[in-house]
Amino acid sequence: MADPRQQAGSRRLARSALLLLALLLALGVAYVPAQADDVNDTCLACHGDKGMTARRAGRTVSLFVDGRKFANSVHGSLSCTNCHADLEGKELPHGTPVARVSCGTCHSDEGKQHARSLHGQALARGDALAPHCVDCHGNHDIVPVKDIRSRVAPLNIPMVCGQCHREGTPVQRNRNIAQHNILENFSESIHGQALLRKGLVVAPNCTSCHTAHSILPHTEPASSISRANITKTCTKCHAEIEMVHRKTIRGELWEKKAHVLPVCVDCHQPHKIRNLFYPQGMADADCLHCHADQHLRSEDGRSVFVRASDVAGSRHAKVACSQCHSEVNASRVRPCETITRPVDCTQCHAEAGLQYQRSTHGQLAARSDPNGPSCKECHGTHRVLGRQDPNSPSFPINVPELCGRCHQPGHKAALRYTGVEHQIISRYEESIHGKGLLKSGLTVTATCTNCHTAHRELPASDPDSTVNPKNVPSTCGQCHHGIQEQFVNSVHSATVTRTGQPLPVCSDCHTAHAIQRADQDQFKLEIMNKCGRCHAAITKTYFDTYHGKVSRLGYTKTAKCYDCHGAHDILKVTDPRSHLSRANVVETCRKCHHDATRRFAGYLTHATHHDPKRYPFLFWTFWGMTSLLIGTFVVGGVHTLLWLPRAFQMRRELRAHQAREARRALGKAFDDSPAEDDDAGR
Amino acid sequence: MQDAKHRLDASAEYRRAALASHEPEVIASDDWGPAAPPDHREFVRFTRLHRTLHACMIVSFLSLALTGLSLKFSYTAWAAVLSHLLGGFETAGFIHRTAAVVMFGTFITHIVDLFRLKKREYGTWRGLLLGPNTMIPTRTDFREFLATMKWFVGMGPRPQYGRWTYWEKFDYFAVFWGVFVIGGTGLALWFPVLFTRFLPGSFINVATAIHSDEALLATGFIFTVHFFNTHLRPEKFPMDTTVFTGHMPLTELKRDKPREYQALVETGRLHEYLAEPHPAIVVKAFRVFAWVALSIGFSVVVWIIYAMLFAYR
Repeated sequence: MADPRQQAGSRRLARSALLLLALLLALGVAYVPAQADDVNDTCLACHGDKGMTARRAGRTVSLFVDGRKFANSVHGSLSCTNCHADLEGKELPHGTPVARVSCGTCHSDEGKQHARSLHGQALARGDALAPHCVDCHGNHDIVPVKDIRSRVAPLNIPMVCGQCHREGTPVQRNRNIAQHNILENFSESIHGQALLRKGLVVAPNCTSCHTAHSILPHTEPASSISRANITKTCTKCHAEIEMVHRKTIRGELWEKKAHVLPVCVDCHQPHKIRNLFYPQGMADADCLHCHADQHLRSEDGRSVFVRASDVAGSRHAKVACSQCHSEVNASRVRPCETITRPVDCTQCHAEAGLQYQRSTHGQLAARSDPNGPSCKECHGTHRVLGRQDPNSPSFPINVPELCGRCHQPGHKAALRYTGVEHQIISRYEESIHGKGLLKSGLTVTATCTNCHTAHRELPASDPDSTVNPKNVPSTCGQCHHGIQEQFVNSVHSATVTRTGQPLPVCSDCHTAHAIQRADQDQFKLEIMNKCGRCHAAITKTYFDTYHGKVSRLGYTKTAKCYDCHGAHDILKVTDPRSHLSRANVVETCRKCHHDATRRFAGYLTHATHHDPKRYPFLFWTFWGMTSLLIGTFVVGGVHTLLWLPRAFQMRRELRAHQAREARRALGKAFDDSPAEDDDAGR
Repeated sequence: MQDAKHRLDASAEYRRAALASHEPEVIASDDWGPAAPPDHREFVRFTRLHRTLHACMIVSFLSLALTGLSLKFSYTAWAAVLSHLLGGFETAGFIHRTAAVVMFGTFITHIVDLFRLKKREYGTWRGLLLGPNTMIPTRTDFREFLATMKWFVGMGPRPQYGRWTYWEKFDYFAVFWGVFVIGGTGLALWFPVLFTRFLPGSFINVATAIHSDEALLATGFIFTVHFFNTHLRPEKFPMDTTVFTGHMPLTELKRDKPREYQALVETGRLHEYLAEPHPAIVVKAFRVFAWVALSIGFSVVVWIIYAMLFAYR
């Protein structure tokens, strides 16, 4: 006998209390218990003998009563004759047999319930198999229901009921019991598992549904499991179960017109209740009875043909028609005639629905703007597939095409759009993300929805938008986490620089849709212009240096902004952690100039000869050289210009002289031999 | 600017002869010299070495100018085109440095040649540097300059120039200046790490400014003033090819360098400097080379003017 410690404790306490009472009160106070004990002692004088037996109906039965157990039972304070009333005042030993104890004398409610119940009626009919109180509760050893030793404690009830209602018993074989394998099915049901395997005492046992004493067949309207009452019975525990079932039945129907609705056990078979969704194949078949017709059209001429295989192969294969097409009324010949509203996906996809309502798409749709896409325009209808399915329009590789239906030039979203991002789809396709996704088939590459979200897309101007400048770093950081970590500590981060000026975010340098690999020439050459949009003056001076000039010629090998300043971890040069701090600058130069020294690092990478204040020596060198240049050209130019008229004069005279010489040579040739005539060779 | 053009004269004799002139070989029929030379041989003004050095100078100078200016004027569209045509900035840089080495080589060769000349012909530096054919500007040059100015404004006759005129001497020393200033800063830009071992890092900035501006001066001057003064003067149009062929007609010697001619005639050594003309095809080849060089030079001038005036940033 393994009494729980707690019970032992409480018994000790009770004994102490009794002792105290005995001490304090006079003998007379203890008269009644003393009298009961007297009677019981008298009975136990015989019945306390374990060997006491009697023959009943040809069988030997024990007449032993365990006095200790009785004393500890709920009835321990009563005398034997309180129950065995017919023995009151009888000579001992009394005659046999004694009359059946009537529990209903005290337990009148239970007695009446039992009398009306199936069990009671059977008893009244004289059914030998009908149970009496003692068959369930026991006799002299009855303990409170909450006591785990009680035969009718929740954990034990299936065994008590199972005495008769399990397979192979006379009751099960000979009486009209509609259910079979009751105990077996129950023990494997979600209820039985919880109760028997997991010891969850609040899990329902037999009496939770059938009641303890008012047990009636489900055909009796008063039964707790009748069609009218079963819902009430189930909702004792499954309160608000209609919230779960709202896809098929609106909550109010459940309450007002329960008779038109299926009841719990229509789907969740009694005793076999499983923890799973119950297919409602019958309902789908009903729908397809009409909708399988390819030529079926609605009143407004739309095809309402449903290909059963579409649904069967879809993400919603296990979802019944009526779960989406709610408002159906199963009691009508055409259950769908009561439908007034289109399918509302948010009944199940509530979170996505909330996001969608907030999005530009949802807001447009709410205004009945034809530009506002509804769920089905992206996800389709009966053939809806999960985004893991390569055939789904929401599969990552298909997303650009999906969004492009509206967002490519000439289409409705692009026509309505007034911002600065154009050729979105084609530029995306040429971007590193687009190539990764579409050419390499890398499905983890960012596609439209990764940045804009799937259901809550908002314009960048909206502070809640994922592509609002404020949120861009964390949006990109979903994938580029390491870079985000660098960036948030950089001078460009709003957490570091407190300023009213707009600070750059990822997309300002990398663009939004035409993101290039940072190791490609085009990106490298454009970065100076990107930095220069804010840092105009310093960029201009960069282009005055060798690095800048080579870059501007279209070559990427010389230092660009980020080679010295860092890309995402840019800090003020006064910051000791900066790449250009005194401690780090030489190392930074050495990335290209391997032998660089500290003095070498004194090269002014942004020096300009236009600034006499900051770079006076360069300014004066420049103007010194320029003065020399101008001076030289003035002298040389004036000299040349003055010379020019004389030179032309000389040319004219030379020509005249040559002509004379030629004439003379000609004259001579008449006279003499033509010997010398090549003076005029030029 | 030119290569040095030192003649292989025995200067002392030559100077004496120039003072006491006699035996004029020339019949002075008018200002322009003889009606006909004694023969059709030409006067040799430049030796083969001089001509070679001048050609090396042209090739290296044009290479340096094109590659360097493409960087200086990187903001013009056709600087990028040129840089790509030259094979990219790295190749352009390689060409630039190679050309610099060639120019340094040319310069050093000339200096070595000067030493040889001094040893062979003059014996002393004084003889070389203070003789009648010296490249050092003299008082005569100053007088000739003033006289030239007067001639320009019509206040006097054309001076009787000697072997080297003052503007030729100017060109000659401009090369010395350029080699030291542009070459020196160029080396600093070529080896910045080495130079910043003993100079501050900002010297590289200064060197860049000097190199770039002095180069602009050099290219601008050569492609305009030198081209005009030496090759494209109207009276010599279309081109004075003397520095390419080494020869000049005797009449031209008499006209352009009357003092030198006079001295040669007086010392009776003129015939030592006469040679048969080059074959026509050779002269033609020289002309083609010269015109290519001039065309490149003029293109560069146009580019510079465009870059400075219209595209300057």
